[in-house]
Amino acid sequence: MYETIAFYLFSALTIGLFLITVFSKNVLYAMTSLAAGMVLISGFFFILGADFLGVVQLIVYVGAIMALYSFAMMFFDSTKSIKEKNTNPALIFVLGGLSALSLVLMFAAPIYNESIQALYPMHEGVGNAQDVGIVLFTKYLIPFEVAAVMLLVAMISGIILAGKKMDQSLTKDTCVDDEILIKKDVK
Amino acid sequence: METLVYIALFAPFASSLFAALFGMSPKQTFVGIVASLLLFASFCASAMLAFHVWTTGAGIHVTMMDWISAGDLHIPFGFVVDQVSVTMMTVVTLVSTVVHVYSIGYMDHDKSFNRFFSYLSAFVFSMMILVMSDNFAGLFIGWEGVGVCSWLLIGFWYHKEDVSREENPSISPSWAANEAFIMNRIADLGMLIGLFILYWNVGSLQYDVVFAALPDLSGSVLNAAAIALFIGAMGKSAQFPLHTWLTDAMEGPTPVSALIHAATMVTAGVFLVIRANPLFSMTPEVSYFIAALGTFVAFFAASMALVNRDLKRIIAFSTLSQLGYMFAAAGLGAYWIALFHLAAHAFFKALLFLGAGNVMHAMHDELDIFKMGGLKKAMKWTYIYMGVASLALAGIPPFAGFFSKDAIIETAFNEGTLFLWVILVVTAGMTAFYSFRQVFLTFEGDERYKAFGIHPHEMYKYVLIAMSPLAILAVIAGFAQGTFEHFVTKLLPDYHMSEHTHHLSMMLGLIVLAFAVGGIVLAYRKYYKGLKRDKKLENSFTYKLLANQYYIPNLYEAIITKPYAMLSEMMWKDVDMKIVDATVDGIAKFLYKSGDASRKMQTGNLSNYLNWMAVGSVFLLVIAVISAMFV
Amino acid sequence: MIGLTHYLVISALIFSIGLMGVLRRRNLLMLFFATEVMLNAVNIAFAAISHYYNDLTGQMFAFFIIAIAASEVAVGLGILIVLYKKHGSLDLDDLANMKG
Repeated sequence: MYETIAFYLFSALTIGLFLITVFSKNVLYAMTSLAAGMVLISGFFFILGADFLGVVQLIVYVGAIMALYSFAMMFFDSTKSIKEKNTNPALIFVLGGLSALSLVLMFAAPIYNESIQALYPMHEGVGNAQDVGIVLFTKYLIPFEVAAVMLLVAMISGIILAGKKMDQSLTKDTCVDDEILIKKDVK
Repeated sequence: METLVYIALFAPFASSLFAALFGMSPKQTFVGIVASLLLFASFCASAMLAFHVWTTGAGIHVTMMDWISAGDLHIPFGFVVDQVSVTMMTVVTLVSTVVHVYSIGYMDHDKSFNRFFSYLSAFVFSMMILVMSDNFAGLFIGWEGVGVCSWLLIGFWYHKEDVSREENPSISPSWAANEAFIMNRIADLGMLIGLFILYWNVGSLQYDVVFAALPDLSGSVLNAAAIALFIGAMGKSAQFPLHTWLTDAMEGPTPVSALIHAATMVTAGVFLVIRANPLFSMTPEVSYFIAALGTFVAFFAASMALVNRDLKRIIAFSTLSQLGYMFAAAGLGAYWIALFHLAAHAFFKALLFLGAGNVMHAMHDELDIFKMGGLKKAMKWTYIYMGVASLALAGIPPFAGFFSKDAIIETAFNEGTLFLWVILVVTAGMTAFYSFRQVFLTFEGDERYKAFGIHPHEMYKYVLIAMSPLAILAVIAGFAQGTFEHFVTKLLPDYHMSEHTHHLSMMLGLIVLAFAVGGIVLAYRKYYKGLKRDKKLENSFTYKLLANQYYIPNLYEAIITKPYAMLSEMMWKDVDMKIVDATVDGIAKFLYKSGDASRKMQTGNLSNYLNWMAVGSVFLLVIAVISAMFV
Repeated sequence: MIGLTHYLVISALIFSIGLMGVLRRRNLLMLFFATEVMLNAVNIAFAAISHYYNDLTGQMFAFFIIAIAASEVAVGLGILIVLYKKHGSLDLDDLANMKG
C-alpha cells in the first residue's frame, strides 16, 4: 500500500521535475529540478530493494555530478535566462510520443515471454550491498577495472581541459585560431 | 621420345613468347632468326618422331597433365604421335620453318616485324596442338587457337582503310579478318554440337574411347555427329557455302597466306575427317555428301580462278579447289590418299604462295597480273619455283601433284561415281589452265609493268635458298606414294583400286594428263605472247559472273549482313538507347537529385543532426516493434 | 500492486522527456541535462527488471551506466568550458561552423 502511494508520488514528482528541467529557460531552475529528480529516482531504487544502487545514485549523481555542474556553471553566465530558437514542438512531441510508445512496447514484449531466467540470482538473507559486491568482484571484475580506468582518464582529461592554461588551444595552432577570429571580425 | 614430343610441341610456343617480348619494339632481325631456329628444332623433333614411328610402327602417347576433371568429365592434356599426326606435324613444321625464314626477308621493311613472328609461331603452336591432341577437346582448343591466330594475321595490317567492294573485293584487312573469324565461328558451333553429341552418347572425348564405342551407337546419332563435325570442317576448310572468307583472307601478308591459308590451317578440316575416319566410314550417306560437296567445290573454285586477275586470289581459289579434291577423296573412303594429297599440296601450294610473295615484293605490292608480264628476266629463280609449283599443281608427271591428284581421280572412277569423276577430270584441266595463265601472264610476254614505273628485283638469296626444300619436295614427293601408303595405312583403313580400275589405270591417267596438258597448251596459246584482251568475252555474262565470284559475297551482304546491320541499328536506337541507357541514366539522375536534396540536411548545426538522429532511431524502433509484432 | 510494467512505463516516459529535451534544446548545457535524464530513465528500468526477476545483472548495468555518466560529465564539462572560452556562447546555432 505504502509502496503504491510512494510509487505514484515519486512518478508524478519525477516527471514534473524533469519536465521543468527540459522546458525551463533558466539554467539554475533546470539544474535544481534535475538534482531533485535524481533524488527521487534514488527513491525508486530504494523501493525496488536496490539499496546500494540508491546510495550510489545519491552520492555520484546528486553529490558528484551535480556539484560538477554547479562548478561548471560558475564559468558561464547562468543568471540570465537562455534564449533559444527551439525546434518545432510538433516534431518533438511526435518523436517523443512515438519513441515512448515503441519503447514501452519493446520493453513489455520479452516480459510476457516467460522464458527469462536469472543469470545471477539474488540470495535470500544476504544484504543487497553484499550481494552486489560478490557479483561485482567475481563476474564483473574486468568491466569494473575498466570502468575505474575510464573514470581516471575522464578525470585527467577534465582537469586538462578545464585547467589553467586554457588561453592556449590544445588542438589547434593558435595562429590559425587568431586568423579565424580575424576573419570572423571582418564578416 | 617423350622429350621429343614436347620439343616439337613447345618450341613454337617458346618462339612465340620470345618474339612477343619484343612485340612493341622496332624491328630486330635476331627475333626472326631465333624464331626460325626454334621452328627448325620443332621440325627436327617431328622428323625424328616420324622416323621413330616409321621404324617401330607404333605411336607414342603421352599425357602431360589433367586438364578438366569435373564429375564424370575427365579430359587430360594428352598428345598422341601416330602415323597421321606425325605426317601432319612434319608437314606443318617443315612449311612453317621455311615460311619463318622467308618472312625474315619478306617482312624486312615492316615495322611490326617482331609482332609478326610472335603471331606466326603462336599459330604453329596451335596447329601442333590441333594435330597432336589425343582427344576432341584438345583438338577444339587448337582449332580455336589457329582461328585466333588466323584472325590476328589476316588483320595484321589493320590500319588499312576500308574501301568499296569494286575497288578491292575484300574491302580491308580488318574486314577480311572479321569475316574469316565470324564464318569460322558459325562452323565451330556445328563442331561443338558434334562434340556434345559424341560426349553425350559416349561419355568421353578421347579418340580411342569414342571410336571404340561407335559401333554401339544408333545410325541417327552417328549421322548427326558426322554432319555436325563436318560443318566444323567446312568452316575451317572453307567449303561452300562458307568459302568466301578464304579469298578475302589474302589481305594478310603473303607468308601467312602460304602457311595458314594454303598449307596448314585450311587443311585442318580434312585432317578432322581423316582423324575421325571410323565415324565417317560408318555414315556412308554423309561421306558421299562430303565427296559430292568436295567435287562441287573443286569445280566451283576452279571456275572462279579462270578469270581472276589477282595473283594471290587465283592461288587462293586453287587452294579451295584442291581442298575440294581432298574432301572428295576422304568422302570416298580413300583417307590415306586425302592425307597424301594434303601433304603434297602443302609443299607446292606453299611454294606457289611464296613465289607470289616474291613477285609482290618485286612489284611493290601490285597483285594484278594484267599489269605484270615478262618478269622472268628479273626473277629467274622465282619463275623456276613458280613454274615447278604450277606443274605440280596442274598434275604433270613426275611432279608431286600428279600422283596425288591422279589417285583421287582414280578413286572417283573406282567407286563408280562417274559423274564425280568427269567433274574432277574437267577440273584438272581447268586447274592446269588457270595456273599457267597466271604463270605466263606474270613471267612471260610484254613487260607491262614498265608503264607503272616499277623496277622489279629478285628476292634475297637466303630467301630463295630457304624455299628450295619446298621446290625439291614439290618435285619428288610423288615418288614416295607407295612408301607413304605403307606408312599411314597402319593406322588408316587401306584403300585399293579394284582389278578393273587397275587395268584401266594407265588409260585413266592418260585422260587426266591429256586434260592437264590441254589446259597448259590453251594457256600457252592465249597468254604466252602477251596479254590480248578480248572485250567481248570480258563483257559476257559468264565472265562477269565468274569474276564476281558468282555474286555470292554480294548476296551474303544483301541477305545477311545488311538486314543484320539494320536489326542492330534498330536494337541500338530503340532498345539500347531508349530502354537500357535511359534506365541507367535515370538511376544516375535519381542519385544526383537525391544527393542534391539531401545536401540541405548538412547544416553544420548539431541540433539539427540530433533531430535527424532521433527521427532515424524512432523509425528503426517502429520497424523493430512492427516486425516483432508480426513474427 | 505495482508491477514491472508500471516501472517500465515510467521509465519510458522519463526517457521520452529526456529525448524531447535533446531535440528541443539548443544550449549545450541544457542538452547535457537532458542526457542525464535519459540515462536515469534507463537506470530505473534496469533496477526494476533486476528486482522483479531477482537478478543482479540489471543493477550491475546500472552501476556501469552511472560510471559512464560520471566520466561523460567530467569530459563534457571540460569541453564546454573550452568552447565557452573560445566562442563566448554555448548555443548550437552560434557554433554551427561546419555547414556543408
